[in-house]
Amino acid sequence: MARITAGVSCSHVPAIGVAMDTGITDQPYWKPCFDGFVKSREWMKENTPDVIFLVYNDHCTAFDASCIPTFALGCAAEFQPADEGWGPRPVPVVKNHQKLASHIAQSLILDEFDMTIMNEMDVDHGLTVPLSLMFGEHGVDDEWPCQVIPLAVNVVQYPAPTGNRCYNLGKAVARAVESYDEDLNVMVFGTGGMSHQLQYKRAGLINPEWDKRFLDMLVNDPVAASQIPHVEYLREAGSEGVEMVMWHVMRGALKETAKEVHRHYHVPASNTAVGHLILENV
Amino acid sequence: MSMKKDYEDIPGTFVFDADRSREGYHLNQFCISLGKQKGRDAYTADPEAYLASFPMTEDQRQAVRDQNWNRMLELGGNVYYTAKLAAYHGINFQGLAGLMTGMGREEYRDMMLNGGRSIEGNRYKSEWGEE
Repeated sequence: MARITAGVSCSHVPAIGVAMDTGITDQPYWKPCFDGFVKSREWMKENTPDVIFLVYNDHCTAFDASCIPTFALGCAAEFQPADEGWGPRPVPVVKNHQKLASHIAQSLILDEFDMTIMNEMDVDHGLTVPLSLMFGEHGVDDEWPCQVIPLAVNVVQYPAPTGNRCYNLGKAVARAVESYDEDLNVMVFGTGGMSHQLQYKRAGLINPEWDKRFLDMLVNDPVAASQIPHVEYLREAGSEGVEMVMWHVMRGALKETAKEVHRHYHVPASNTAVGHLILENV
Repeated sequence: MSMKKDYEDIPGTFVFDADRSREGYHLNQFCISLGKQKGRDAYTADPEAYLASFPMTEDQRQAVRDQNWNRMLELGGNVYYTAKLAAYHGINFQGLAGLMTGMGREEYRDMMLNGGRSIEGNRYKSEWGEE
């Protein structure tokens, strides 16, 4: 049987990808950010999964304003790194576990989570930066160490799905994975955040007290965390901080008793507070 | 009956909701088209003709010509879209934030290095002396 062994949450700031792609991660500006992922990369090597179910948001790359699905599940055989206006990131093609993806799609829809199914999709920094952070540098001709099932969540146009909906979706993802016959080690990633605002006169907002409380709540009291209303993210964590709802999918997919094995928090990466958790199902 | 917008009292912030999305649709579609080489080439070749091919309001077109980033947001633009126009003009996200806040790139970057903009005094419009 397939099983969910662990969950990872981390930010997906595009500048982190640029720093890795241009080899400047040792510079004083970036070093403290990347130091927090040294342990994560060792842990990934020791615990490399067969498949990552990766929850992220598309930044008007695969979906412009003409089509805005709330939940879009990647079911294609592979996903090319997208050209976001500066050429594609020099990272490997993302390969899917297509049979598991279609099993999850079917299971989720019958479980009343109405997924949009993507049989063609490019993936942007929202998906590739977390892979780079956790696996380290991999070039275009290389391969990612495991397969990836992307789940793109709308967080650009208000309202994003509620934290509660995301948490319950995570539970449905767990049911779907656990009902798949092949023996697979599956991890769930929830990406984005933490506090940041990219727009208008309040741009640059960072709220470390709120972020740290969110990390604690997500680990220790996930149901309460899932009830945080949108307006609290928008006000306290900045207009783009609302993307943290995606972390609830990861948390919902894990057991309530999941154990925290690593945490990292750093300000700033460009405009954003970087937050990171690794949780293991026990 | 209209839906209550409990986020309208956050200062210096536009929440990109369905109303803003409707108002800004063609402006945003113009901006996102510059994410692709084909769009950038067409805009460079004849800016006015390319702008005219998107059924925007004249105010929106003028904001694009003026590179008035805050005005674009006021007219329904969203920063993930306007960032593509900024990139076309060689401005990255942090440079764009420097412009939108009126701080300039250096001062904004220093603020971020020093931990960013504090939440204190920045939760409610009333704290900014706004309605």
